[in-house]
Amino acid sequence: MMNSRFTSLYVTGGLFVLLFLAGSLQFDHFGSTRVVANLFTDNAFLAITAIGMTFVIISGGIDLSVGAVIALTGVACGVLIGQAGLHPLVVFPLVLIGGGLFGATMGALIHYYKLQPFIVTLAGMFLARGLATILSDKSVPIDHSFYDAVADFGAFLPGDAWVGASTLILALVVAGAVVLAHYSRLGGYIYALGGNAQSAQLMGVPVARTTISIYAISGFLSALAGIVYSFYTFSGYSLAAVGMELDAIAAVVIGGTLLTGGSGYVIGTLIGVLIMGIIQTYISFDGTLNSWWTKIVIGLLLFAFIAMQRLLTARASKEMAHA
Amino acid sequence: MSLLKLNNIEKRYPGVKALDGVDFQLREGEVHALLGENGAGKSTLVKVMTGALQGDGGSMTYRGEPLRLKSTAQAQSVGISTVYQEVNLLPNLSVAQNLYLGREPKKFGLIDWKRIREQSREVLKRFALDIDVTQPLSSYSVAIQQLVAIARGVDMSAKVLVLDEPTASLDSDEVEQLFGVMRELRDQGIGIVFITHFLDQVYAVSDRITVLRSGCLVGEFETAKLPREELVGHMLGKELQAQAHRAQERDERATGEPLLEMDQVAVRGSLQPTSMTVRRGEAVGLAGLLGSGRSEVCRAVFGVDKKSSGKLKFSGRERSFRKPAEAIEAGLALCPEDRKASGIVGPLSIRENIALAVQARRGWWRPMSRAEQQELADRFIAELQIATPDADKPIEQLSGGNQQKVILARWLATNPELLVLDEPTRGVDIGAHAEILKLIKKLCGEGMSLLVTSSELEELVAFSDRVAVMRDRKKVAEIEGEDISENNIMQAIAEA
Repeated sequence: MMNSRFTSLYVTGGLFVLLFLAGSLQFDHFGSTRVVANLFTDNAFLAITAIGMTFVIISGGIDLSVGAVIALTGVACGVLIGQAGLHPLVVFPLVLIGGGLFGATMGALIHYYKLQPFIVTLAGMFLARGLATILSDKSVPIDHSFYDAVADFGAFLPGDAWVGASTLILALVVAGAVVLAHYSRLGGYIYALGGNAQSAQLMGVPVARTTISIYAISGFLSALAGIVYSFYTFSGYSLAAVGMELDAIAAVVIGGTLLTGGSGYVIGTLIGVLIMGIIQTYISFDGTLNSWWTKIVIGLLLFAFIAMQRLLTARASKEMAHA
Repeated sequence: MSLLKLNNIEKRYPGVKALDGVDFQLREGEVHALLGENGAGKSTLVKVMTGALQGDGGSMTYRGEPLRLKSTAQAQSVGISTVYQEVNLLPNLSVAQNLYLGREPKKFGLIDWKRIREQSREVLKRFALDIDVTQPLSSYSVAIQQLVAIARGVDMSAKVLVLDEPTASLDSDEVEQLFGVMRELRDQGIGIVFITHFLDQVYAVSDRITVLRSGCLVGEFETAKLPREELVGHMLGKELQAQAHRAQERDERATGEPLLEMDQVAVRGSLQPTSMTVRRGEAVGLAGLLGSGRSEVCRAVFGVDKKSSGKLKFSGRERSFRKPAEAIEAGLALCPEDRKASGIVGPLSIRENIALAVQARRGWWRPMSRAEQQELADRFIAELQIATPDADKPIEQLSGGNQQKVILARWLATNPELLVLDEPTRGVDIGAHAEILKLIKKLCGEGMSLLVTSSELEELVAFSDRVAVMRDRKKVAEIEGEDISENNIMQAIAEA
């Protein structure tokens, strides 16, 4: 029997394959390793953010600050590297720790003051976006030999497919996240919190530490996504990644994670991001469609996935009743 | 040998003493039942002994050493595990994860799933459970989940196992299975605290019994030497005495035509087939211990819980209320048991709280004018002597008794034919208590019918024309007229 826990994962994976096949049949050059490699390169920053978001949502929370943290990280890199002339290898640890602390603070507020994650991270979003604008309200170019080296770092796979630094960083993040989710105690605690916070506490889960860690991870990964984004744009801009938190949430949901918490997979989120990317690719291959069609299709997909989750959970509880 | 000893435990909440110098002693290798009615302090005592709450006074010793518990995690780590009525495991995680959450064996710093699965199977074998441990816990029945919770507790080297109403949602086979496990654990020297309100189960499995009442210790007894009637007497605070003859003056109103007729009404999972009749102008008391099905009858009558079988007639017509609104429409009213959670709307004024039910009956598109509301409120404040300077005070600032009167007023304002009161005098001070009883009698005199649950025998005797006695979620006896006495009710509750 197919393990029902993975049903939504299979559906997500199947959908990706279907979209890819459809594109390949319709357009020349669509079905190539190059298109796939570009999917990873173009969406690495979104995928990294969405993986952080996956943990937050599995725990039953939400993090609306991620897009703003990406912008703040980009601007901070721009100011510190482009204007102050610091070396990126000095700046990166700083902004990563900063992102982690920013998230940890929100996690602490959520836990100790029993505040809604929605409102705390909404405040965090405004705060980070505002700070970014104060640092610089114009786009700050980043011109550093290290950035050029990063851009050149990588290798061509057969079929003219470029695997660069962003893709490699994403691969590391995915590997780390899978280990965290399924081979560490913290991972178990995160699923436990999302299952039932009160039970988790009675079972001895350190709720405070876990909550703070979850938002710290999300903040850290957002900062990392901000760095990857700056590799992509060679600049930092306070209005970058506006609304990206919602893309990340959409990717997590399409990836099969329940918004109510307690269930979901990192790999699902990765596929969710790739599905969003492939729709975009499809639309740019077509050439006649307005790029907003991406949003429309993603909207429809979200509806479909939420309805499917509803059905799956309803079926599960029905089976339970008959057991 | 004494395993866990609680001495002179006190716990105060604002305005109440939840525990007043309670002693409790658990020996090695025994099943010790902890009994008491609502508000007796059972759950507070359990919380103190499992570290979920800290007492304000008293001390604990555990295996001869003084013990101060600060958290449930600490209690678990010294060997005191608790299994709650609502299984407090995680339905979304696998059985194996639930067993080992927070103490997973590791290999090279990573969780060793193979070992977890093997050990889980091993542990569950002791409980005669042969299930796929990789499946989510939610795919198994409550009974299995309950056993998994116990297995987790025992495997964490528990010496003390607290089972807080573990049988509430189990069927009889599952209860037997659980009792088998309990006996086996007892024989291994584990001390089990067993909280339940099923007396049969107490006698089936426990060695000793501790009874609490109103936050005080009533006593500790050997199960084998304590007759049922005496136990019920201890729980309700009444000693069996020679039948007190009270020439009750009961008028002829009990012969009115039937208003509510229940014919084998059952609710899946909460009420066994039960028949009873309430006549016009009659007050019927519902007696029984906590969990005997009293509230369930009220809920079934009012359409809160859907009946799964049986017939319900109201005013001679067969009815099947699917929701409370239909019951209200038909002329019923219910004052629920838990005033705070399902009765009052705290921040709203007395006036608004009283007007709620009338307004709901009229439909929200025909709002009551402020003057109408005011008139209604003033009338009931005067009639029920609600102690308040004016009708605009938020209800949450009133005392328990006055809150209860406001709720009564809310339903009286709808002019119901049948008023269902679930524990109307709980948490109400003596003065208001008497007034509420007086009111019940007066309402009957005016031709209204009442169905009233109460844990206080004295009260039942005082107002009832008839008393239906509930046990194990069904009606076991009905006492009428002259025969209504505290003794008779108590005997009916205790009868095996």
